[in-house]
Amino acid sequence: MTAPARLAADGLTIGYDRRIISENLSVSIPDGSFTVIVGANASGKSTLLRALARLLTPTSGTVRLDGRPLGDYQPKELARVVGLLPQTSIAPDGITVVDLVARGRYPHQGFLRQWSADDEAAVTQAMDATGTADLAERLVAELSGGQRQRVWIAMALAQQTPILLLDEPTTFLDIAHQIELMELLTDLNARGRTLVAVLHDLNQAARYGSHLIAVKEGRIVSEGAPGDIVTAAMVEEVFGLRCVVTPDPVSGTPSVSALGRARVAQR
Amino acid sequence: MTLSTLGPRTLVLRSGRRSVRVRVRTVVVSVVVTVATALVAVLALSLGDLPLTPAQVLGALLGVDGGFTATVVREWRLPRVLAAVLFGAALGASGAVFQSLTRNPLASPDVIGLSAGSYAGGLGAIILLGAGAGSVPVSAGAIVGGLAAAALVYALSYRSGIQGFRLIVIGIGVSAMLQALSTYLLLRAKLEVAMVAAVWGAGSLSAVGWAQFLPAAVVVVLAFGALGTLSGSLSRMELGDDAARALGVRVEGARLGLVVSAVALTAAVTAAAGPIAFVALAAPQIAHRLTRTAGIAIVPSAAVGALVLVTADIVAQHALPTALPVGLVTVVIGGAYLVWLLIHETRRRA
Repeated sequence: MTAPARLAADGLTIGYDRRIISENLSVSIPDGSFTVIVGANASGKSTLLRALARLLTPTSGTVRLDGRPLGDYQPKELARVVGLLPQTSIAPDGITVVDLVARGRYPHQGFLRQWSADDEAAVTQAMDATGTADLAERLVAELSGGQRQRVWIAMALAQQTPILLLDEPTTFLDIAHQIELMELLTDLNARGRTLVAVLHDLNQAARYGSHLIAVKEGRIVSEGAPGDIVTAAMVEEVFGLRCVVTPDPVSGTPSVSALGRARVAQR
Repeated sequence: MTLSTLGPRTLVLRSGRRSVRVRVRTVVVSVVVTVATALVAVLALSLGDLPLTPAQVLGALLGVDGGFTATVVREWRLPRVLAAVLFGAALGASGAVFQSLTRNPLASPDVIGLSAGSYAGGLGAIILLGAGAGSVPVSAGAIVGGLAAAALVYALSYRSGIQGFRLIVIGIGVSAMLQALSTYLLLRAKLEVAMVAAVWGAGSLSAVGWAQFLPAAVVVVLAFGALGTLSGSLSRMELGDDAARALGVRVEGARLGLVVSAVALTAAVTAAAGPIAFVALAAPQIAHRLTRTAGIAIVPSAAVGALVLVTADIVAQHALPTALPVGLVTVVIGGAYLVWLLIHETRRRA
């Protein structure tokens, strides 16, 4: 499972203004993995993702891509290798699906190279992969939440980066659309993209992720394959929740059931 | 030349590895508006105390006709008409940049206090330094005033990011304070100086000759060049700062370049012709409705701005027995539009 990492962080201290979120954090993203970062609210998981995408500059320490510090990359050069689906994006008024997806090609374009055959192929491919080709001429504003999120992912795919970071991609989606999205991500991963996602749902993380990073108060508590690290003890430490971990009846991956006070049968 | 298979509305021009992509509708609208502007400009050149036929105007422009007609057209009328076209385009582009950056149709330089800053800066140069309209000190004062107002509005409305509506409300407040400052400057001035300042301050193209037009044109052309290189970043920044960064846009640098260029456009126009309101507000929105682009596009906004201002200047000169400053005409037309927009925006938010 531990393929050599292209993207790795060493001794990171990161935060906003003077508030430090993480200190001396080191992490590496196994190449070809579907890495999922899990943790409680405000545990620093999105902050870590933002540092990996260079949206945040660490106060100390370095994130390296292929051994080179991120800071040495030109913005477009980096954007051809690492893509990001931010938590919130804004669709401009009156934009169509194909227009939005096409904007993902920006890092591959220049003043005299505005639309190559590669651009066209990448956009078509991205819309096919996300099942949004039928929506091409529709306005993004008219789509359902699930469709819209697939369009944003299509835009990130059109960027054709070997590494794609996703910040809580399933938020605001209902359960059916969440699963649909997770399966889409699994397919993309199977076709060779390295994915790093921040997710809230531990069961989905354990089912679809190949590599889990559990974060608490800006530290990495546990890291590894879901089957190895998702235990009742880990969940209690990371989320402060007592629980039972059983194999999921469908996937066989760890499934977490909370031990609360209310409605506890046979215990 | 190929039509893109991704929808029938984009045209791709390729030559080797070079390629240019344009939306058909945007091109058609821009061309039609530009042709209309050229026709109105010829009309503007033919109107006046010496009425001319379009043929005479064209003859004078092409140098076929010499003599008095040529002097009237080339020396007297042409700078004013060219100024209306270029300044209108500058205001339209400036408005487009601010409306796109803030994603708000109200955030044009005349609403958020930048025009008021340029006006106060230019006025300061006229009153304190005794400079004339369109001179270098007035231009410098207008640019410094506009940038200072932009920095002030930005600093006051920054609270871990810029939110469109807060920026506008603060901009309106700053605008009011700067107008008070301008009134104070006018009251302190000597009568003759105050009269020069008042004529300039009404926003008029009547005093624009080649001497006022050319320096402003240089600034406008340079700013257009800068916008040309930054427009790709601007359309990515409409997706939000994080998305734009993930696409490889240098967001901070691009935003600074865009704001400085847009302020320079407004300031150059203000320095030469005084404050001309509402073109920057209305032109991008009219262009947006005509082209149906996603977001606000700079080129069609500039084209519409040129048409609006050159038309407004004809109305100002010839509609009434007395010639009016063009700023007055744009205020009347634009004021009605602003009221409609405020009501429309409030309803949309409610």
